[in-house]
Amino acid sequence: YVRGIFKNLHGWFINCLRYLFCCFQDRAGQFFSSGHTNNWAVLVCTSRFWFNYRHVANTLSVYRSVKRLGIPDSHIVLMLADDMACNHRNPKPATVFSHKNMELNVYGDDVEVDYRGYEVTVENFLRILTGRLPPSTPRSKRLLSDDRSNILIYLTGHGGNGFLKFQDSEEISNVELADAFEQMWQKRRYNELLFIIDTCQGASMYERFYSPNLMALASSQVGEDSLSHQPDLAIGVHLMDRYTFYLLEFLEDIHPASKTNMNDLFKVCPKSQCVSTPGHRTDLFLRDPGSVLITDFFGSVRKVELTMETINLTDPIEQLESAESGELQKEMHTYADQLPVSEIIHQKPKQKDWHPPDGFILGLWTLILLVFFQTYGVKHLKHIF
Amino acid sequence: MGLLSDPNRRRALISLLTRLNTPICIVCYMAGVAWFMGLAFEPFTLRTYMSENAMGSTMVEERFPAGERALATGREFSAHKKRTGGMPVEWLMKTMQAKGLEVFTQRFSRTLPFPDENKERYMVRGTNVYGILRAPRAPRTEALVLSAPCSPGDNNNQAVGLLLGLAEYFRNQIYWAKDIIFLVNEHDLIGMQAWLEGYHHTNTTGMDWSPLQGRGGSIQAALSLELSSDIITSLDLVLEGLNGQLPNLDLANLFYAFCQKIGVLCTIQGKLQRNDWDSVSGYSHAVQTMMLMVMKQASGRPWGDHGLFLRYHIEAATIKGVNSFRQYKTDATTIGRLLEGMYRKLNNLLERLHQSYFFYLMPSLSHFVSIGYYMPAFGLLAVILLLRALDLWVQLSTPPQRTEDGVTDIEPVRGTHFKTVADLLSLLTPLVISHLTGVALYMLPIRFQEMAVEHFPVSETEAVVLTAIAVYTAGLALPHNTHRLLSGEGTEQGWRVLKLVAVLYLAVLLGCTALINFSLGFILALTLVPVAAFVTPHVPKVLSAFILVILSPACTLLFSVFFFQELQEMPISFQDGWLLFLSVISQGILDHSLYGSLVYPLITLLVYPCWLLFWNILFWN
Repeated sequence: YVRGIFKNLHGWFINCLRYLFCCFQDRAGQFFSSGHTNNWAVLVCTSRFWFNYRHVANTLSVYRSVKRLGIPDSHIVLMLADDMACNHRNPKPATVFSHKNMELNVYGDDVEVDYRGYEVTVENFLRILTGRLPPSTPRSKRLLSDDRSNILIYLTGHGGNGFLKFQDSEEISNVELADAFEQMWQKRRYNELLFIIDTCQGASMYERFYSPNLMALASSQVGEDSLSHQPDLAIGVHLMDRYTFYLLEFLEDIHPASKTNMNDLFKVCPKSQCVSTPGHRTDLFLRDPGSVLITDFFGSVRKVELTMETINLTDPIEQLESAESGELQKEMHTYADQLPVSEIIHQKPKQKDWHPPDGFILGLWTLILLVFFQTYGVKHLKHIF
Repeated sequence: MGLLSDPNRRRALISLLTRLNTPICIVCYMAGVAWFMGLAFEPFTLRTYMSENAMGSTMVEERFPAGERALATGREFSAHKKRTGGMPVEWLMKTMQAKGLEVFTQRFSRTLPFPDENKERYMVRGTNVYGILRAPRAPRTEALVLSAPCSPGDNNNQAVGLLLGLAEYFRNQIYWAKDIIFLVNEHDLIGMQAWLEGYHHTNTTGMDWSPLQGRGGSIQAALSLELSSDIITSLDLVLEGLNGQLPNLDLANLFYAFCQKIGVLCTIQGKLQRNDWDSVSGYSHAVQTMMLMVMKQASGRPWGDHGLFLRYHIEAATIKGVNSFRQYKTDATTIGRLLEGMYRKLNNLLERLHQSYFFYLMPSLSHFVSIGYYMPAFGLLAVILLLRALDLWVQLSTPPQRTEDGVTDIEPVRGTHFKTVADLLSLLTPLVISHLTGVALYMLPIRFQEMAVEHFPVSETEAVVLTAIAVYTAGLALPHNTHRLLSGEGTEQGWRVLKLVAVLYLAVLLGCTALINFSLGFILALTLVPVAAFVTPHVPKVLSAFILVILSPACTLLFSVFFFQELQEMPISFQDGWLLFLSVISQGILDHSLYGSLVYPLITLLVYPCWLLFWNILFWN
């Protein structure tokens, strides 16, 4: 009888263990479900001039959140097109406020701006993304991501249908941006990428994406303007844009261990608060947005599990015998052809269909006709006209 | 075949033109006048709006506190002014330095060509005092100017007081990105001209001034203050400057926006805005406001100290405080806040004001008419001249009806084939004589004022003006029949050629004038175009001579004087009107020699000879 009970207990115990093991496995599964090992952020403000104070404040508030959640300065590329804190018109020098009545100074004293002033150009932005920088570029100005990096890209400024204006002198189009992301994918420069844009007609910028693992959010749809939030009368400018203001409020509640996911982020700033309709795009993203944590992109959460056990490594590491057998499996690896020139050249289509003769020949014939009529009498012309 | 190359169709078109010329001209004239009057009708105007992005809305917090102290400073200024009998230079320098500005002075002196009886000055000597508030963190590349004139008597003391109060308040702020220059100029326009010439290192009017010791960078905008009482009930904005130039409309928009924000009553041309545009009285109110602006712009004189800045591409306006015994009064602190708000917004500018219109008319402070809307009114009047010219060309081309056979091909005979030297001379002589008369009218009054004073018991000013009128009238009696000496008989062709030349000359002249100063061009066109259109040697002489004199530039000026007084609701009797007319002529001549106004040379050297040509044509036979 005791053996029976013992067997039951044993069975019960084994079931428990199995259940716990499954739990652990789930948790372990969840532990490794995101697939990224490091986080990067590229935060860009593209407009200059004092009355575009709010774009700098937008970017700096996202910078502040991202830094607070754990991404270090070495993994953040911050591009600010103009200096608002030291602008002569700033009544509070060395500060950039994001709340009126000067509640929150997002400039602080540990801001590290990587690209400043006139260095913020379309060319530099694309070079950062694709990694094609001159060898002399310092590390702080590079996006040194690998295929296990989750990258957050935030753009703000003045934009329109299909373009974003940089510095009042040039534009980046949505096609260029999509191609840059495709280059990044082919060079395995990201694991997953979150793209947020706060401009007028921002949704047009993510229309053309075609690379996998991209998720995009925009503050307004095509045809709508993104509006600014609050003016500060003492400083004399608008301090923030609406979308980023509510985004910042949302992010202030996130801490490194929070489990909020992307679906909550999509709900930030509904039309009643933002006046414009924020949009998002998830069809290129392989995971379900509900399972993607905010901290996957905005924070730099290290997956660390503390254990008190010692682990025995099974075999001492033996040196692999050198390949004296000479039977190294050689696989042929080729790089994907970035610019298939040969195909372009040889595939010029043959002109099978008829097209009218050249203008030159036409003109020549007209000349001949006119000369004919000139010599043989003008009266013939009257019959034609 | 094209319309113009088919001889049959061409003939039909030309005959249509000659038959209907007069009716079309009359219709065009009516249409031009109706278009002009319709400009003040509110549905045809646009609301004013801020065009400059950098200035944005009135989103600043004005905190100027010291209105009472400013008035006390004004009283001190007035006391010192009485004591020194002019500009209290040392007191001003000491006060400005105490407020933390960099203070400099400039001396200037000028002898007017003849005494100015309105302001009672002849040999003017004075000092300008100005203080520069340096921007705390910015390089000294740009500047803003706030000025108040130092006027004799009890005028403008409060303006200087407020200027000093604002200087003290501005000095304590750190958000200035441009230097601010606080200027107190003596002898209003003459002092301002001396300061501007010294600042920009130019000397266009022959004034004598000492060079400026301190400078601030290129001036982006300027405001001139005129406040003569402690209590203000409304603020008036004055825009018209030298030669009819206007500042950028954004400056007026900025003023209006702040007036609305702070709640001060603001006017333009001294007239309040009305909301009943669909009633007759509302419409006539708007027309009166617009006509006042047209009259002021046509006179070509600067109507405030700001008028001289415009020539240097500095947008400037004058703000006048008016005390008109209304119920609602504003105090100096509110006016100070309005100016503080305006200057904070101008501080935000990154480049000169250029986004809004430079050519406009304002039937009220919140509505404007841009050049694209008002130019067709002038265009319709200019079309009359072109139609007349075409008509004359056609008449000159058709040969006299003496050909025997039926004409098959009418070749346009070149009307300008001068078969003899006499023809050429008969055209050139009136031209030369008219222009010489014009030159005489321009030069003689000032040159011969001493001689006139010796021989006649008049003062210098009267001598100048009466000489001008005398030369003008003498021009009417000039020999205009020299062609009779040359060719014996006034040919039909001769006067046609002369009229063609005169009409085209007038068209070009009025066109150029209207581009620069639309009001002047339009008023001249209103009177001279009918003259040009109807005058021929064959109209009844006495009646048309009378009409020609009525429509001549001098009489237009006389009627404008009366009309202007009517518009300002201060009608005057004929005696006073005549004296005002004489003083207007003397002011015109003085403006030309003191500030470089172009109205006087335009009228004497170009418009008057043109009118004389028509006079010549009238008396051709």
